[in-house]
Amino acid sequence: MKTDLRIALTGNPNTGKSTLFNVLTGLNQKIGNFPGVTIDKKVGYCNLPDGRTAEIVDLPGTYSLYPKSRDESIVFSVLADQNNELRPDLVIVILDATNLKRNLLLYTQVADLKIPVIVALNMMDMAKKADINIDVDAFATKLGVPVVPISARKTEGIDQLKQAICFANKIALQQESIDIDALAPQLISHIKQEIGIDNSYFALQLAHQHETLTFLTSAQNSRIKELEAEFGFHSQKAQGAETITRYNFINDLLYDTVTQKVTAEDETLSNRIDKVLTHKIFGFVIFLGILLFMFQAIFAWSAYPMGLISDGFVWLQSNLHHYLPAGPLTNLLVDGVVAGLSGVMVFIPQIAILFAFISILEDTGYMSRVTFMMDKIMRKVGLNGKSVVPLIGGFACAVPSIMSTRTIENWKDRMITIMVTPLVTCSARLPVYTLLISLVVPNKNIWWVFNMQGLALTAMYLLSLVSAVVVAWVMKHLLKARERGYFIMELPVYRMPRWGNVARSMFDRAKTFVLQAGKVIIAVSVILWVLASYGPGKRMANIEQKYQQPQYISLQKLAPDSVRRMKASDKLENSYAGMLGHVIEPVIKPLGFDWKIGIALITSFAAREVFVGTMATMYSVNGDAEKMESVQQKMHSAKNTQTGEPVFTLAVAMSLMMFYAFAMQCASTVAVVYRETKDWRWPAAQFAYMTVLAYLASIITYNILK
Amino acid sequence: MRLSQLKVGEKGTVKEFTDLEMSVKLMEMGCLPGEEVRVERIAPLGDPIAINVAGYQLSLRKREASTIVLM
Repeated sequence: MKTDLRIALTGNPNTGKSTLFNVLTGLNQKIGNFPGVTIDKKVGYCNLPDGRTAEIVDLPGTYSLYPKSRDESIVFSVLADQNNELRPDLVIVILDATNLKRNLLLYTQVADLKIPVIVALNMMDMAKKADINIDVDAFATKLGVPVVPISARKTEGIDQLKQAICFANKIALQQESIDIDALAPQLISHIKQEIGIDNSYFALQLAHQHETLTFLTSAQNSRIKELEAEFGFHSQKAQGAETITRYNFINDLLYDTVTQKVTAEDETLSNRIDKVLTHKIFGFVIFLGILLFMFQAIFAWSAYPMGLISDGFVWLQSNLHHYLPAGPLTNLLVDGVVAGLSGVMVFIPQIAILFAFISILEDTGYMSRVTFMMDKIMRKVGLNGKSVVPLIGGFACAVPSIMSTRTIENWKDRMITIMVTPLVTCSARLPVYTLLISLVVPNKNIWWVFNMQGLALTAMYLLSLVSAVVVAWVMKHLLKARERGYFIMELPVYRMPRWGNVARSMFDRAKTFVLQAGKVIIAVSVILWVLASYGPGKRMANIEQKYQQPQYISLQKLAPDSVRRMKASDKLENSYAGMLGHVIEPVIKPLGFDWKIGIALITSFAAREVFVGTMATMYSVNGDAEKMESVQQKMHSAKNTQTGEPVFTLAVAMSLMMFYAFAMQCASTVAVVYRETKDWRWPAAQFAYMTVLAYLASIITYNILK
Repeated sequence: MRLSQLKVGEKGTVKEFTDLEMSVKLMEMGCLPGEEVRVERIAPLGDPIAINVAGYQLSLRKREASTIVLM
């Protein structure tokens, strides 16, 4: 879209930045990636009162321009790099009026980059309630920039903010806050001269951040390094000195412009809530209760829409088969692409519900309390309080959960979290477990209330958590730390969730999932379809000929369905996939699996839920996961052709479940781990350790139960 | 006196830091020399702690709190 003006929105976390972004842009926004990095970029469009259209870029929330995490590092690049394709004409710095001191640090840093700035003073209603009186005019005069008091939640002051955008200057007029050059006089002037820039603060930031900035050439990079050595520049000391100077400026500014009535220190509402929610006992009880409710909701509420989606796809597939001319291309489209798509789409309800919960928990401020409560336990096993969120999310799907590990600043903690998250029982394992449990575990109650099948399923969920913790503990000792771990985190005051944000987060996450995981799943299902539909040499043609023989033709008249199933089964055995199954049979025999299960294992490496579909084809059932009953019956009556014993004994089913519990059977996860780590060795190591664990767990289970 | 030695409800004023790297991160968050800090609560398992500083609540581990020297 062609726009007249580009605006960047920046501010601390928990200041209502995304609420303001949503208010300004309405539904007119899109998500993408920042150039060159996989950090979610939100861009929206806003019509200004003077008829112009502004493009608004929502930058990740940060406390300062010195980045502490990957997401934060983008802020400086976008704001400072002249050649960045997103470089804004104007920056709106959003400040929380109830927490001005800390918020102003980022403002002074951004202002010193000498880009035109407008200040949006948010949460003015809350500030009034807290008896904080801000002299907005004096504040604006001191800063030298327009200051617009707003309340983004109540959409107050938004028109004035838009007016201010219209009247914004093209050149930066803000007052000097601190004397930047005094911080490192010679270094700054040399960098300015040699790199060819005119802004002192930009030059100073280059000295601090040059190693991680992508827009510098390697020559520039090494020159800055030389200059640093020449002038004895110490990054941390310089940053400390700068921060102290800035806070001196801020204290003076606030002393002149803000008065706060000193009231008796009565307990705030937030503190009273915290007394309960972070209580020694109730705190954990409530957290467990919330988790239980979440899982119930994820499974219960999603059942109906998931049914609708898969029914819809079944309907689409049968119609496509009906109306399109029969042939390999139609088969590829319908049984490869559309079938693969339905495998992705069916998870949308679960992912949307999971993210609704996560965004409510984050929006209210509860998630940071969970982090606060769990940090000590998590640290013992090599994780971090912040790992709780991805691990919980892992119950739904590892893909978005691994993406959410970006909030973990510490490299080692983040890597361990990424490595163990796929062990947590995700929703794709659920159909596999349900099918196998229903085969071998009797549907009986023990001790009156506990259903044995339900207990078996709960056991699988608990096992997954225990294994994640154990693996994390092992990795804690294997991985070397790159930097010291620390845990300095704001505990925001409790607020009501903003339902608009919740809805948007559901939509955005579901969309990201479909687009990113979808590509991989479609590609893999096309390959699988080809492998399962074609065989070497004349094998397939021979099967066609076999069923042209008179005895089959006459049989077909009597029982057309059963002949079709026999034919499909025959074809599968002779396809490339079938041959693969036979090839790996010696390897999986010790686990109690035959070649048919072998094929299901291979196809499941694309995505676990493929298991049910493959089993359905394998045991010659015409249909898919929809006809679970009949898959179950067929598997139940399946006999070993040599011994006549049933194939799915307790030992085989349990061994199979163990394999699914541990194996990395998810192409999307492999892809997302690569994306997040930018190194193929991580997903490779993960794949290897999980496969070894799966094999060992299966072989042990099989031999104990045999 | 270190911040980590305060009990819930007790106050102190930051004097200096014993660790440069930690001090840079803490100061960014508004926890500077001269600021008053108050321990609001301690996590159920005894670590981390939550303090009130510069008008908001900050949580940090005991080990980090022990790098903050109080007046």
